[in-house]
Amino acid sequence: MIRFLIKGLLRDRSRSLFPVLVVAAGAFLAVFGFCWIKGTLNDILWANAAFDTGHVKIMTNGFAAEADLLPNDLALIEVDSLLEYLRTRYPSMIWTSRTRFGSMLDIPDSLGETRAQAPVMGLAIDLSETSPERRILHLENALVRGRLPQQNNEMLISELLAEQLGVSPGEVATLIGSTAYGSLTLHNFTIAGTIRFGVTAMDRSVILVDEHEARLMLDMENASSEIVGYFPDLLYKQAAASSIVADFNSMQTNAEDSPHMFALHEQNELESMLIWINYFSAIVIGVFIVAMSIVLWNAGLMGSLRRYGEFGLRLAIGESKLHVYQSLLAESLIIGFIGGVIGTALGLAAAYYLQVKGLDISGAVKGSNMLLTNVIRAQITPAALYVGLIPGLIAPPLGTAVAGIGIFKRQTAQLFKELEV
Amino acid sequence: MNRIGILSIWMLTAVVQAQPSAEDILRRVDAVMTSDTKIVVSKMIIHGRRSMRIIEAKSYIDGTRRAFTEYLAPPREAGTKMLKLEDQLWTFSPQTDRIIKISGHMLRQSVMGSDLSYEDMMEDPRLANLYHAVLLGEENIGDRSCWILQLEAKTVDIAYPSRKIWVDKERYLVLKEQRFAKGGRLLKSAIVEEVKLLDGRWSPVKARFKDELQTGEGTEFVIESIQYNAAIPEHLFTKAALRR
Repeated sequence: MIRFLIKGLLRDRSRSLFPVLVVAAGAFLAVFGFCWIKGTLNDILWANAAFDTGHVKIMTNGFAAEADLLPNDLALIEVDSLLEYLRTRYPSMIWTSRTRFGSMLDIPDSLGETRAQAPVMGLAIDLSETSPERRILHLENALVRGRLPQQNNEMLISELLAEQLGVSPGEVATLIGSTAYGSLTLHNFTIAGTIRFGVTAMDRSVILVDEHEARLMLDMENASSEIVGYFPDLLYKQAAASSIVADFNSMQTNAEDSPHMFALHEQNELESMLIWINYFSAIVIGVFIVAMSIVLWNAGLMGSLRRYGEFGLRLAIGESKLHVYQSLLAESLIIGFIGGVIGTALGLAAAYYLQVKGLDISGAVKGSNMLLTNVIRAQITPAALYVGLIPGLIAPPLGTAVAGIGIFKRQTAQLFKELEV
Repeated sequence: MNRIGILSIWMLTAVVQAQPSAEDILRRVDAVMTSDTKIVVSKMIIHGRRSMRIIEAKSYIDGTRRAFTEYLAPPREAGTKMLKLEDQLWTFSPQTDRIIKISGHMLRQSVMGSDLSYEDMMEDPRLANLYHAVLLGEENIGDRSCWILQLEAKTVDIAYPSRKIWVDKERYLVLKEQRFAKGGRLLKSAIVEEVKLLDGRWSPVKARFKDELQTGEGTEFVIESIQYNAAIPEHLFTKAALRR
C-alpha cells in the first residue's frame, strides 16, 4: 500500500512537489531558527556566567543591594573559610573568589610622568596555573599578545585598551583606585599580555589581576567582592542551581554582612530573558506548524478539486470513503516525512555553517553594556534533529485532514452523474 | 514726634548701622579663617560602615594657593604626600614611587575614605571670592550666637552652587555649614564641635564633616596643633619635594 502511494506521488509531481517544498522550507526555517536561538542563548549564558553571575554567586546582602557601585567596604570577609565550607558542602561545584573594582590605569613616560590614562574595570581572580578561572574564562584562547601572568604583580589588559593607551606587554602601568575603606591607592603592575574575550562590554576596558595582589592594593585581607560557583562541565543546570541556592540561603540571615547566594537566572534579568527565548522558540515552531497547515490545507483543497474525478472513480469502484481518506492521510505523512528530512538536512547544514563561522555583530553591540558576545553562533543540539521533522510530519496530515473532509460529503449518485457513467 | 520716639529711631538706626552687612561678615570670616602661612598637624577619624580609621597628617599651607601634606599614620598611608599648586593637585605614593596628577573625576573622590573630596581641598577657602552673601537671620549654635548667611555662587563652574553658613557673631568663625547642589539637594554638612584659642587666634579644632549622600557617621577632623604665620621652606612647594 505504502509503495503504491509512493509510486503515485513520484509519478504525479503535481501531488508531491509543492507540498514537499513547503514542508522542506518550513522545516528548514524551524531547524535553523531553533539552532540560532539556542546558540545565541548559549552565548548569552556563557558570557554572563563566565564574567559576572557564575552559575551561582555569593555576595553579602549589603554588597548585592549596591552591586553596581562595587561597594567593597561591604565585601565578603573570612573568604578562605567560606570557600572551604562551600567546597565541603557542595563538592560537585567549582568555587572561586573574585573581586571587582573600578580604577584608573596610568601609563608613565620615561620620567615617571603620566603619558596616558584611562578608566578601567578591574577583575581580580585566581590567575595561578592550576586555577579553574583559566578554563572558565577561556584565558588561553583570549590571549592576543604576550603571555598569561606567571609572576607577582603582573596583569592582563584588554587589547582594545592597550591599543588606545599605546602600551605593549612588558611595560609597567600604575593602577589608581580606592581601597575598601575609600583611601586612594596606587599599585604598579607589569603588563604580561593583552586579551580579547569577544564580549564588547568586557573588551572595552577590562584588566585582569591576581586576587592576591588586588587584596593588597585594595586593603581587603581575606575579603572578596564575591564567590562564584560553576558546574564542572560549565553547563548551567537551573534546577540544581536553585536547589543549592535554597539550601545555602536557608542557613543565612538578612543582616547586611550576611552572605547570600544567587542563581544565574536570578541575576541580570536573565530569568525573564530565558522565559522570553523559550516562548519565542515555541512561537517560531507553532507559527511554522500553523502556517504550513494552512498552506497544505489549501494545497490539499486544490489537489482534491483536481483529483475529483479520481476520488469519484475510486468510490464508484467500491472503495470506501474512509479508505480514500486514509490513503490521502498516508500520502501526506509520506510528503511530510520527505519534506521534513530535506528541510532538516538543509537547516542543519546552514546552522553548522553559522556555528563554525558565526555572524559578527560587534558593530551593533559597540556601545552596549550587556554581556553579549560580538559573534553570535548557532548551536546544533540533538533537539535540532526532530524540531523540524515533527512539525513536518504533523502539518501535512493536518492540512489534508481538513481538506479531505469533503470526501465524506460526496454523494454517490452525484458521482455517477459527474463521471457520466 | 516726642523725644522718646526720636530716641527710639536713633537707637534703632544705630543698631542697624552696627550690624555688618552679609558681605562684610563674609569678608571678616575669610580674614579669620585664612592666614599667610600655617603648619597644621591634624587627624581624621573616619567612621566607615564596618570600621573606624584614624589618619594623621601634617600640612604646610601657604595662603590659599599652595599646600603640601604628608600623611603620617596609619602605616599603610604613611609617606603618601599631596601637593596643591594653584588649581593643580599631585599625589605621591611611596609604594609605586609615582607622582600622579589628580584631575577630572578623580577630584570628586574621597580623601583617604573620609567625607571630604579632593575637590573640597582644592577650593579657594576665601568664600567672598566665590559667593554672594545674604543675611537670613540669627540662631544659636550651642551657647554661641550666630548669623545665618545664605551664599550663592558667583560662577557656574563650582562644586557647591549654594551654601548656608552659621557665623559666630563675636569670633567670625563658621560653626555650622551646609553645602547644596544646584537643585537644592543637601550634599555635605559640617559642624564645629570645639573651638580653641591657638597661637592667639580662635580656631576650630574639632569638626565633623558628613557626606549627606553616604550612609555612615561622617568624619571627625581634629587639629592637634597649629602654627600661624610659620616659616615654610620654599622647596616644599615643588614636585621634587614629594619624593623626598
